[in-house]
Amino acid sequence: MANPDLRRTDRLNGWLFVMPALVLLGLFMVFPILWSLWMSFQTGRGMTLKFGGFANISRLTQDPVFLHALSNTAVFLVVQVPLMIILALIFANVLNNPNLKFRGFFRTAIFLPCVTSLVAYSVLFKSMFANDGVINAFLEGVHLISEPIPWLASPFWAKVVIIMAITWRWTGYNMIFYLAALQNIDRSIYEAARIDGVPAWARFVYLTIPLLKPVILFTTIISTIGTLQLFDEVMNITASGGVGGTPSDSTLTLSLYIYNLSFRFMPNFGYAATVSYVIVVLVGILSFVQFWVARDRK
Amino acid sequence: MTANPLALLGRTLTYLALSLAAFISIFPFYWMIVGTTNTSADIIKGKSGFGSALFTNVANFFAQVDVARVFWNSAYIAVVGTVLTLAVSSLAGYGFEILRSKTRERIFAALLLMLSVPFAALMIPLFMMMAKLGLINTHAAIILPAIASIFIIFYFRQATKAFPAELRDAAKIDGLKEWQIFLYVYLPVMRPTYAAATIIIFMANWNNYLWPLIVLQTNEQKTITLVVSSLTSAYYPDYGVVMVAAVLATLPTIIIFFALQRRFVAGLLGAVK
Repeated sequence: MANPDLRRTDRLNGWLFVMPALVLLGLFMVFPILWSLWMSFQTGRGMTLKFGGFANISRLTQDPVFLHALSNTAVFLVVQVPLMIILALIFANVLNNPNLKFRGFFRTAIFLPCVTSLVAYSVLFKSMFANDGVINAFLEGVHLISEPIPWLASPFWAKVVIIMAITWRWTGYNMIFYLAALQNIDRSIYEAARIDGVPAWARFVYLTIPLLKPVILFTTIISTIGTLQLFDEVMNITASGGVGGTPSDSTLTLSLYIYNLSFRFMPNFGYAATVSYVIVVLVGILSFVQFWVARDRK
Repeated sequence: MTANPLALLGRTLTYLALSLAAFISIFPFYWMIVGTTNTSADIIKGKSGFGSALFTNVANFFAQVDVARVFWNSAYIAVVGTVLTLAVSSLAGYGFEILRSKTRERIFAALLLMLSVPFAALMIPLFMMMAKLGLINTHAAIILPAIASIFIIFYFRQATKAFPAELRDAAKIDGLKEWQIFLYVYLPVMRPTYAAATIIIFMANWNNYLWPLIVLQTNEQKTITLVVSSLTSAYYPDYGVVMVAAVLATLPTIIIFFALQRRFVAGLLGAVK
């Protein structure tokens, strides 16, 4: 097949096949990315924008709402992502045991939350965590608490609800990746370790986790990007009267702030674009750090 | 293994922990179904047994929402979006594999880099573009930006690597043109890949929230996801109605999940293969 004529038609056909996608990506991806970068240097309201240089960037550092959104997002990231990854790893490890009874049932049950839409499960959580709702009723019923917990009214508990909600929705999703990866690991490694008297927890820490490192890295990056873009939950669980991020902005995230800046208040597209680039930069930095932490040390 | 009391304790604890996790995972589904039969006041008071308000809730839902219209909007966006995304993105995935040139790798690397650009950074320019094109409040504005999906292109390119080159060579010797090979050889052989990709794209379209929230402004255009959200965002939401809407929003994806369980999981895993 080293015929130069054939190679040329291959190349021509290849470009033809790729072209529709490239044109669309140029229009709806590359162009908006560049436009938004340009916009982040513009100030003004509505559609009348003028060049403001670094005005938006210096505004970021003095904007208490932005700093609040940034720190909320950081809390979600630092608490939720490790919690979920560890839970998913443990479940995958337990459910990988072929001698476990009802394995299929447990796997399906833990995975099931992934089939819900983010908005639908959010409204379920909102009603479950109502002040007199089913969660408080249960906790009072088993005498774990004597007063109802103000889940959605307290800044602290509202964050806890969001973290629990995301963990509920995504743990099974991550678990599936680990289960698939575990099936590719040669079981004889485990047998050898077991015969050598290595206890189960040590096999998990010193064998499973290092062997799964590439998948853990992948899921951590995906989860980080997802959490940095957190929107649906804080717009629907911790919201009242159509305003998300309640109470008193305690669950306001960067994405929600961008939405508020652009579409809830008098639109401020330039500044909103600057905030969106904060997410781009954070995704870049965190992905780099995660790659660096997971690199092969030789 | 058998007579060791410590191992027995460990196993009991494992089953207890798994049962608890399964219970927590399933409870919200039960809550949703029970909720459709209860009044809003009962739901907020945490009533977890079945009630008798199902017909009232369904009737109220149909009175407040043009259900057929909303369901049609969601289905239209999801189905048309899925078909177009499959066509354009699988064509590109295949094209990238047959395209043996250095530029290809550069373009592909750039695409992968763009995969990590969050939607928040795109939505403002996209909104302004749609405003200029007069597409605000149309379904086209929802479908168009999603057709060329980097993730799905990547998925198809990875899968195409397993497509036997001999098949393509044989088809060429038989005198088939490239588009014929794609249509009559590649497409049937790659059916499992298409099935998995269909699930990913359909779910993403059906559940899409932020972009439709921005673009779709009148009730006539709204999707079921937007309706669930707006029913809940009232100061005093009628949770009985909300539960009925949530069931309608979740049902299609649950049906797809149980019908195609294995493909479904394969679809989610597609990215790492």
